[in-house]
Amino acid sequence: MSSNSKEVLLKVDNLVKHFPITQGIVIQRQVGAVHAVDGVSFDVYKGETLGLVGESGCGKSTTGRTILQLYRPTSGNVLFEGRNLVELKGEELRKTRRRMQMIFQDPYASLNPRMTVGEIIGEPMVIHRTHTNEEIQDRVADLLALVGLNPAFSNRYPHEFSGGQRQRIGVARALALDPSLIICDEPISALDVSIQAQVVNLLEDLQKELGLTYLFIAHDLSMVRHISDRVAVMYLGVIVELADRDELYNNPLHPYTQALLSAVPIPDPVAESKRQRIILQGDVPSPVNPPSGCRFRTRCPLAVEVCAQKKPEFREIQPGHFVACHLV
Amino acid sequence: MADLLNVQGLETQFKTREGIVHAVNGVSFRLKEGETLGIVGESGCGKSVTVMSMLSLIPTPPGKVVAGQAHYQGKDLLKMSMDEIRHIRGSQISLVFQDPMTSFNPVLTIGRQVAEPLEIHNGASRQQAFDRAAEMLEMVGIPKAKDRLNDYPHQFSGGMRQRVMIAMSLICTPQILIADEPTTALDVTIQAQIVELVKRLRDELGMAIIWITHDLGIIAGLADRVMVMYAGLVIEEANVKDLYASPQHPYTLGLLGSLPRVDQRKEDRLVSIDGLPPVLLERPNFCPFAPRCIYAVERCWKENPTLLSVGTEHNVACWVDPKTGSERA
Repeated sequence: MSSNSKEVLLKVDNLVKHFPITQGIVIQRQVGAVHAVDGVSFDVYKGETLGLVGESGCGKSTTGRTILQLYRPTSGNVLFEGRNLVELKGEELRKTRRRMQMIFQDPYASLNPRMTVGEIIGEPMVIHRTHTNEEIQDRVADLLALVGLNPAFSNRYPHEFSGGQRQRIGVARALALDPSLIICDEPISALDVSIQAQVVNLLEDLQKELGLTYLFIAHDLSMVRHISDRVAVMYLGVIVELADRDELYNNPLHPYTQALLSAVPIPDPVAESKRQRIILQGDVPSPVNPPSGCRFRTRCPLAVEVCAQKKPEFREIQPGHFVACHLV
Repeated sequence: MADLLNVQGLETQFKTREGIVHAVNGVSFRLKEGETLGIVGESGCGKSVTVMSMLSLIPTPPGKVVAGQAHYQGKDLLKMSMDEIRHIRGSQISLVFQDPMTSFNPVLTIGRQVAEPLEIHNGASRQQAFDRAAEMLEMVGIPKAKDRLNDYPHQFSGGMRQRVMIAMSLICTPQILIADEPTTALDVTIQAQIVELVKRLRDELGMAIIWITHDLGIIAGLADRVMVMYAGLVIEEANVKDLYASPQHPYTLGLLGSLPRVDQRKEDRLVSIDGLPPVLLERPNFCPFAPRCIYAVERCWKENPTLLSVGTEHNVACWVDPKTGSERA
């Protein structure tokens, strides 16, 4: 798909989020910062699914939360439906938030155990005063049917449901206010394999039916390939590569993307026996003291001198294919 | 090759407030010398309980191994006294657990913990055991292993801790290594490191491996033979190539269909298995997968299938041939 013909729904521009590290009990002073997100820029087009992948601690969830202003960014801009969320405050921000929702990773922790399913799904409408009480009841029943649950379940409590069903409840809650953007933060990684497919199929059906836009955060590269239109790869707080799905998986240019893709096991013994793995040495460095220059250089099999001195620019190599590497 | 381990009719139950949970309902399998057996299944299917039962590691009460045998070197592991089995665990059959963060003692140094099995089982002196521990840590790829013997577990990252755990489990050169989801808690690039390491050590030391996982991807590149479990039963077992090339049980078919692949993209929807795994509070007299099965016929609701042979060393517990959709002859 060409990037010009599509309407940009969300524009993230040089987003930075540092968490301060403080010392002292009464008088706290800042002694450092966790560079969780360090200058991330990308567009999300209307109706598409952008996959955001990376290993734990790379800042992908923080990016999602900072976009929603659940964390206020250290610097940078987030343009959503033409408004800069970073400048919005109070009532105005609340109103804009209706248009963007989140589905959380852990379906056990993200539903209040003392509320019924009906109250959970209806709560966004109560908070935003968008519907009357009767309307809310009807809407809850509709939403439950939409995500494949029995509308009669609205008086039950979360503990009566399995993990996959709870995630469906989380999806119904996210849909309550008719959002245009849904940030899915690892929505399936807590579920069993056969249940993962159920939830992914549901998300795809809802996207077709309601024209939703997803930012799909995950570490499972196979699932991201299945669900995404475009994919961004993060490493230690920065995006190292972004491209159309098939382009990224068939022609990965960044050494990290190449290593990451080669590390994913394939459920096929014949294909597995023929594969060449790139095994990365060592662990991800600490985001408190990220390496100078290119963040990946400490583990990169190809690193040269310039990688330590200069930060690689995130540039468009081919139309729609962005890479941050000196050697590409 | 000779059978190293022969498990027959293993049954394990747990007493809970809701009633008796039938976690393992008659599992039988053999492990040959030097072979890698993969046990695959979703959470609660009984894959971990099977090996824990075998090694008398089930907390009793509430758990209890109610039937079965596990023959190892001519002796039944399940009939051994606690003292006897303790000599086998950690020296001849050793375990690597899922969570490298919680399986170490945080107040003992890595050196003490890695060396401990050697002191206990082989009567080595502290110094001998420490020297050997340093060698083992070197072997699993811990840089400057000698200097790190006095470090504590929190000073290692997740991947490094899993390497240390592997060093600890291999220090007495066991004949069988049981790995219970050893890479589930790790990132994919670290997982690749650990899998490569285990493959290398297997070739160098020649031990047999039982690798428990829910990830059909890892098993494809690692195992010789695979056993798929559902509701406390083995529902299919085959050589790794046969299982992926011609899966015979509807559940195995569903699992493989629900997995997207990183090297290609299916344009169609993922195959999802409707419904949920059964609650194991009762033992049904029909096929436990029947309520979720798209191929189920009348017989599936009347009789629980036993393992039938459908090829060389390929057994499946299903009345129906999913290729034709009709009952097997």
